[in-house]
Amino acid sequence: MRISVTVDGTTYTDDVEPRLLLVHYLRERLGKTGTVVGCDTSNCGACTVHLDGHSVKSCSVLAVQADGSEITTIEGLARDGQLHPLQEAFHDRHALQCGFCTPGMIMQSLDLLADNPAPDEQAVRHGLEGNLCRCTGYQNIVSAVQDAAQKMSPGAGPEVERVGDEMSGRHQARTPATSSGGE
Amino acid sequence: MIPASFEYTAPSTVDEAVRALADAGEDAKVLGGGQSLLPVLRMRLAAPTALIDLGKIDEMRGVREDGDSLVIGAMTTHYDVQRDSLVAEHAALLARATDTVADPQVRHRGTFGGSIAHADSAGDLLAPVLALDAEMVVAGANGRRTVPASEFFVDYFTTAMDPSEILVEVRVPKHSGWHAHYEKFNRVAQAWSIVAVGAAVRVENTSIAEAKVGLTNMAATPVRARAVEEALVGQPATPDSIRAAAAHAAEGTSPTSDGNADVEYRQHLARTLTGRAINTAVSA
Ligand SMILES: Cc1cc2nc3c(=O)[nH]c(=O)nc-3n(C[C@H](O)[C@H](O)[C@H](O)COP(=O)(O)OP(=O)(O)OC[C@H]3O[C@@H](n4cnc5c(N)ncnc54)[C@H](O)[C@@H]3O)c2cc1C
Ligand code: FES
Ligand code: FES
Repeated sequence: MRISVTVDGTTYTDDVEPRLLLVHYLRERLGKTGTVVGCDTSNCGACTVHLDGHSVKSCSVLAVQADGSEITTIEGLARDGQLHPLQEAFHDRHALQCGFCTPGMIMQSLDLLADNPAPDEQAVRHGLEGNLCRCTGYQNIVSAVQDAAQKMSPGAGPEVERVGDEMSGRHQARTPATSSGGE
Repeated sequence: MIPASFEYTAPSTVDEAVRALADAGEDAKVLGGGQSLLPVLRMRLAAPTALIDLGKIDEMRGVREDGDSLVIGAMTTHYDVQRDSLVAEHAALLARATDTVADPQVRHRGTFGGSIAHADSAGDLLAPVLALDAEMVVAGANGRRTVPASEFFVDYFTTAMDPSEILVEVRVPKHSGWHAHYEKFNRVAQAWSIVAVGAAVRVENTSIAEAKVGLTNMAATPVRARAVEEALVGQPATPDSIRAAAAHAAEGTSPTSDGNADVEYRQHLARTLTGRAINTAVSA
């Protein structure tokens, strides 16, 4: 079946088998190996990406279901060599050890901050309920998300303003950064 | 793992979907939000020959009013139910229960109707749907029929629907002005209910005029706590009288024993959580 999707700003058209999971399409067809698979049961959240502005577990979506959609992966967050404020905060606050859960944690944190720009500790833990980390004990992840929230808050400086695109874009298609398209 | 091969179609109307399901033969399945079905396919616990994806059927999505009822499309996502203003006003218990389902990512894809059709005894939307006397509208080759919640849930993962039928929408009588709460007991890393209780009460002056209480995971199907409901009517909405009524919560239930809880502990949870659910509801 032929599908057409926009991933991190680039449009791709591909023939896929209906049984192909979105995460395998991203990793194996598009080479977007930043998105990882951590379980077989849809529990771990390591595979989290945004589909039309909302976080989903890409292991639990068929590539054919994503036909016509806009997808943002962890690889679409940095711009012009500048890390996204959430990526920076995870780095600054030592919010990872092995790092396997990190792409999913960051993508889900971004979804959380779009709904609640200033979450308290309880809200961060609740918002990351579907993401498991076997290493950190979560403490530093929570403080990284709150740190990023503060840096991303209105008036926090021009370098984080582009995050506004992601936030305001959640109910509308995001404008692709490039549209060269195809593999 | 990777699912076994299947044919895939994504019809755009209910009629087309019913026809596609019939044409695809008995090993076909409908795909709702995929949040229960796709994990099952990944683990190769099932291998349907065809999936009929309901995701493109606009008429199955969204919430509308129809006289004294709310009509919730089966393909309305958990996320949309949580935020819907009609649900908040007329069926708050459904919103409170949906808040506790799974996690944000799963709620973005999983659907109201998919949860009900799936009929997991630990699923959180079954008891609230039963408590609020909802009706399921089901479409098949011979047209549509309506099944009351009290007849819809038959056994573990088994409903009154034929495999050739599709759950189109759920009609919920309006419970405007009722107080509601869903109290759930679960392990942190596993959202599924060990036991949970949905309560909706109508308070007049300071007394309970009507009460509806549904129990999650206290039998193969959701259970109405009728003895609690009867004991509450006419009572003052105070912690003492609520606790006394909640003591009846385990009557008529038949929970299982498993690694999370044995029968007695589940009965204890039913009583305790019922008291909490009603107390929280009336003080909200
Ligand atoms: C990690 C995780 C945690 C979860 N935790 C909870 C929880 O705490 N509480 C809870 O209640 N649920 C939980 N769920 C399940 C979740 O709520 C699912 O959304 C729900 O069970 C199924 O809905 P779906 O739309 O995804 O259906 P699908 O997965 O698409 O379908 C499930 C079944 O229902 C059938 N079906 C779907 N839609 C229809 C229809 N309209 N007509 C006829 N048949 C249909 C399918 O054929 C399939 O057999 C969890 C899921 C995951 C992955
Ligand atoms: S890989 Fe674990 S939830 Fe997707
Ligand atoms: S850092 Fe290792 S799983 Fe989270």
